[in-house]
Amino acid sequence: MSSGSIVTGVLAPHPPHLIYAENPEQNEPQAECGWEGLRWGYERLRRNLSKKDFDVLVVYSPHWATMVGTHFLGVPHFKSVSVDPIFPNLFRFHYELDVDVELSQAIHDEAASQGMVTKMMTNPDFRVDYGTIISCHLSHPAWDKPIVAISSNRAARMFNNDYMQVNAIKLGQATRKAIEKSGKRAILLASNSLSHRHFVTEPPLPEDMSKEHISHHGQYLWDMRMLELMRAGRSKEMLDILPDFTEQTVAETDSGALSWLMSAMDYPDYAAEVHAYGTVIGTGNAVVEWDAQSQGVTP
Amino acid sequence: MSHVAGGWLVPGMPHPLMCPERNAGWNKIRQAFDQARKEIEQSDADLLVIYSTFWPSIIGHQIQALAEPKWTHVDEEWHELGSIDYEFKIDAHFAESIRAACQKRGLHARTVAYQGFPIDTGSIVALKLLNPDNKIPAVILSSNVYSDRAETIVFGKACHDAVKEEGRKAVGIAVSALSNRLFTEIVADDQDHIHSLKDDEWNQKYLEFLNLGRLEDVSQLSRQFHREARVHKVSNFKPFWWLSAFMGQHNRYQGKTLAYEPIYGTGAAVVGLWPAESAARDLEYDENDPEQYEGDRNVLSSSQQNSDFGGPDVADGYPNGKDGI
Ligand SMILES: [Fe+2]
Repeated sequence: MSSGSIVTGVLAPHPPHLIYAENPEQNEPQAECGWEGLRWGYERLRRNLSKKDFDVLVVYSPHWATMVGTHFLGVPHFKSVSVDPIFPNLFRFHYELDVDVELSQAIHDEAASQGMVTKMMTNPDFRVDYGTIISCHLSHPAWDKPIVAISSNRAARMFNNDYMQVNAIKLGQATRKAIEKSGKRAILLASNSLSHRHFVTEPPLPEDMSKEHISHHGQYLWDMRMLELMRAGRSKEMLDILPDFTEQTVAETDSGALSWLMSAMDYPDYAAEVHAYGTVIGTGNAVVEWDAQSQGVTP
Repeated sequence: MSHVAGGWLVPGMPHPLMCPERNAGWNKIRQAFDQARKEIEQSDADLLVIYSTFWPSIIGHQIQALAEPKWTHVDEEWHELGSIDYEFKIDAHFAESIRAACQKRGLHARTVAYQGFPIDTGSIVALKLLNPDNKIPAVILSSNVYSDRAETIVFGKACHDAVKEEGRKAVGIAVSALSNRLFTEIVADDQDHIHSLKDDEWNQKYLEFLNLGRLEDVSQLSRQFHREARVHKVSNFKPFWWLSAFMGQHNRYQGKTLAYEPIYGTGAAVVGLWPAESAARDLEYDENDPEQYEGDRNVLSSSQQNSDFGGPDVADGYPNGKDGI
């Protein structure tokens, strides 16, 4: 079997607002408009992905938070409705999806062989987390490819963000190895926002864009610093400061998703394409793509 | 007469519900839940008000208001323990009363009433074990991740206002661990123990106060408990701020710990508090007692100039909760 590869890797944040504003048929609430900058960025990403041949989406989500190791979906098919516990007024999404259990198990085994604590999730009544669903839908709304969903291990809360990063990097290496051995072509999604300070109230019309801005200029400066490094292909340097960034901006990178992505992609030294940056209820979000294939890094 | 018939601290981990037989301690917690259920039934309470630290919110305070939520729940961490079917009876009218009372006290709050809303494991465990036949209608309250002491206390008072206004006889239930340090590796059932001796000592100290009915004292010690015995997953240790404010902010209670055991390293306790004739001694309180929530003070980018020190460097700071919209 030919060697599998990571075709492209994406920072694919999951604010439910973007689904709400897009009005897909699967979502119950309806919006007039909103967050177009980010939504059009996702549109550009989708145009790029539509030109690619791939077998599976591998997504790492902060909203499947586990403390005892890293968990992997181990049931081939799920169908249910996902209601966002924070923004139930915006996101009540009927989903149906397939899981590549074989690859899921392979990443699980590879991580376990490196000494990581791992668990397969085999309960068919499990509800797939909304981070996974939103990032997958916005990146590839056809839902015609299976996914692998990886939980976000939060053991670092007992220590610090450096501990988080060490583990996420290990998991990234295991992910890459398992994908290579599988012979499959994978798209990787790191499902997280950047700076993550929210407003604690919502305008009567959630999509009222006159109320949308970054929660604080300090958060914005940090987001821009991270994006500059991504755009310059300086991913290692970006990871070096990621623990500080995470602490200073209470960033959703505390989940380990972005560190995992960079490690799985072996620290890209080519420029990332920032499809969009925008704020959602005060948090900083960017849709960023590392197109390994067009860089000739992977076939 | 007091409108709050009693208060409880219960843990929210699913083990006492799903597999009490696997560990003697989990079984003791389960038996304590059963005892608590009997005591609540005997109290003639007509309402359960649950404050769950397992339900985080961002947009103010959320109040469950779907009259008959029904679902098959699977915990994101403990999925291998099985699926939990539930069907609850929520007092939707009272949920709205709490929302209105919150608004009067300056809090942002909203009811949520959606079939399929993911009710948290802690609330499910509490309602399944304390109110298995839905004899008593309940409301469930979220724990706002950003709120700190003042806001949480005002929230507790608002819930008390609603109970009083509606002439209800309520039991307050805080769903929370004491120490929350969980094992991050797979630990055999029979090897469970409190994660560290220090956590255990702080838990015991807290329980000593609770056994004396010193609820407000325990509330006042929340910050210290957070520093000493909590993994800082959220901004502070809030359940006793809420519970004490809900129950009148005093020490005139009779407390009883029905069980204290480890669940996967965390400190799990079932503690009941009932009104008493006389109070245990008070601490001297040096924290203020807010009646109204007026938001956080923005000390980083205040429009009021700090004439002594020039302006603060906002670029290095965090915003606070009263920004923007
Ligand atoms: Fe999120």
